[in-house]
Amino acid sequence: MTDLPASKVDLKTILSTPARVDNSEGMSYLQSVPRRLVTLYLPLAIIVVVLLFPFYWMALTSVKPDEQLLDLDKYNPFWTWNPTFKHFHKLLFESYYPHWLWNTMYVAVCATVLSIIASVLAAYAIVRLRYKGANLVGGLIFLAYLVPPSILFIPLATVVFQYGLFDSPMALILTYPTILIPFSTWLLMGYFKTIPFELEECALIDGASRWQILIKIVLPLAIPGLISAFIFCFTLCWNEFIYALTFLQSVSNKTVPVAIVNEFVDGDIYRWGSLMAGALAGSLPLVILYAFFVEHYVSAMTGAVKE
Amino acid sequence: MADVALAQRNAKSQVREASAWSQLKHNRNWLGFWFMVPAMAFLIFFLAYPLGLGIWLSFTDTRIGRVGHFIATENYEWLWDDAIFWLSVFNTLLYTFLASAIKFAIGLYLALLLNEHMPFKALLRAAVLIPFIVPTVLSALAFWWIFDSQFSIISWSLKHLGLISQNINFLGDTTWARVCVIFANIWRGVPFVAITLLAGLQTVSPSLYEAATLDGATRWQNFRYITYPLLTPIIAVVMTFSVLFTFTDFQLIWAMTRGGPVNATHLMATLSYQRAIIAGQLGEGAAISSAMIPFLLAAIMVSWFGLQRRKWQQGESND
Repeated sequence: MTDLPASKVDLKTILSTPARVDNSEGMSYLQSVPRRLVTLYLPLAIIVVVLLFPFYWMALTSVKPDEQLLDLDKYNPFWTWNPTFKHFHKLLFESYYPHWLWNTMYVAVCATVLSIIASVLAAYAIVRLRYKGANLVGGLIFLAYLVPPSILFIPLATVVFQYGLFDSPMALILTYPTILIPFSTWLLMGYFKTIPFELEECALIDGASRWQILIKIVLPLAIPGLISAFIFCFTLCWNEFIYALTFLQSVSNKTVPVAIVNEFVDGDIYRWGSLMAGALAGSLPLVILYAFFVEHYVSAMTGAVKE
Repeated sequence: MADVALAQRNAKSQVREASAWSQLKHNRNWLGFWFMVPAMAFLIFFLAYPLGLGIWLSFTDTRIGRVGHFIATENYEWLWDDAIFWLSVFNTLLYTFLASAIKFAIGLYLALLLNEHMPFKALLRAAVLIPFIVPTVLSALAFWWIFDSQFSIISWSLKHLGLISQNINFLGDTTWARVCVIFANIWRGVPFVAITLLAGLQTVSPSLYEAATLDGATRWQNFRYITYPLLTPIIAVVMTFSVLFTFTDFQLIWAMTRGGPVNATHLMATLSYQRAIIAGQLGEGAAISSAMIPFLLAAIMVSWFGLQRRKWQQGESND
């Protein structure tokens, strides 16, 4: 009985205080702010800083004047107050860099387009035509995805030489699809499976051929998948190194990654600025592409793993 | 009425008498074959054939510019007694094991962190993936500069913090060089592991955690008995890929150390490049890269059983 008044007061205060606006979702109310600071934000900040620091360093080095690059005691190495574009100037006007950039772009676009065409046809046939042995072929294509370039480059070098493709961009345009086709076929199979079967049945009844169905119904519906496959393949081409290193010889034919590693490393103590400028300029196109298509990238990456 | 019926019958018989050509045009096996031709041509001429050719080359003494002869297992016998080859096998296994294990640990941790609700979540996720987007060689060059023996920013910072008195010779010392390339590999691989595992985490229903928490489960128990079992299949696939690509890594090593110092960072891929392309011994190089195949098969088997288990968990029979 003596407890009663106290509990009444409690009830009153509870009722009179306005309902707290709860912006949190799910069970996040279980965590206090200091706890989140230590268990979430701090580790996250450390990881993100470590992941992004090399890019900051790359960008900073590429605009630092030479004397600041090599004198760490006189200048604060983490910042520069007088940035210079000397290294970029050297890169663009005193080297083959524009050539290399163009080569990389050309090879990447051609190889990607070829692979996407081949994979669209293959994926459609496997998922929708369901010919005899389609599942087996699907499995084999997945296995092809797991064959790494590192064990293929030696025999491929002899093949490329036999076909007379050595030291020409065609060598890369024809060999890159072996990396890209398995991946993009697998990705597109997943997208095609999500397109309702009924749409195709309607078209078949109306007398459309398989080709018309593919061009007019399936492809327009699979555009997100196509974009994912395209940009991911493009990135893979840009990133490819060992084939380009093995199959290309003349300086002006090289792609950016190979050229930077081989041509800029000349023992010059002042090379770092232009080396980093080259690395930065070679990464920027991909980062810009990525910035526009983040969601597609993620779906390409996870889609290929999940399927 | 009779006319109509007759016309219908005629029409039917016309359909039935479709020419062999139009029957073929609608035969799915025939169509499927033509749809598969472009992809198959690429994969057979530039993947399956070279794969077989590589194994054949490993049994010959081919050199650049000279046709080889069959020499049975001589290349392998030669490699068996080659200390540098065994060092490269050891390096590859060490590199793969350490890098994959740490990638998995940090990747999973990062995925769990990114799965929380917080401001700027989308931006953070996008930023985390950047190391994966940038070409490996170009970021490896950045590491080369960061690990420079004279002007390393890490040495400078540690010196100014008073932790060391002399510059660390990162890429010149065997142990440090190994640590550096493994670190660079982890740095490059963590985003892939994290983002794919994050996609897996997002499919786990929050109501499972709510139910478990109501029953008094701790955060660790939530992770151990809900998150981990549900993620196992995707972990299996992601780690297979990760192991596979770490095992056959080439570009990171080539850009940072080229196998040095004293072969301490030579992986099987870099050694085969050095022997086959630089020294011109195609047969021997092919033998080194063929020696990687058993390891890859083991990784593929793991992936296969990982996928099987996922199908079984989801109760799917096909597709």
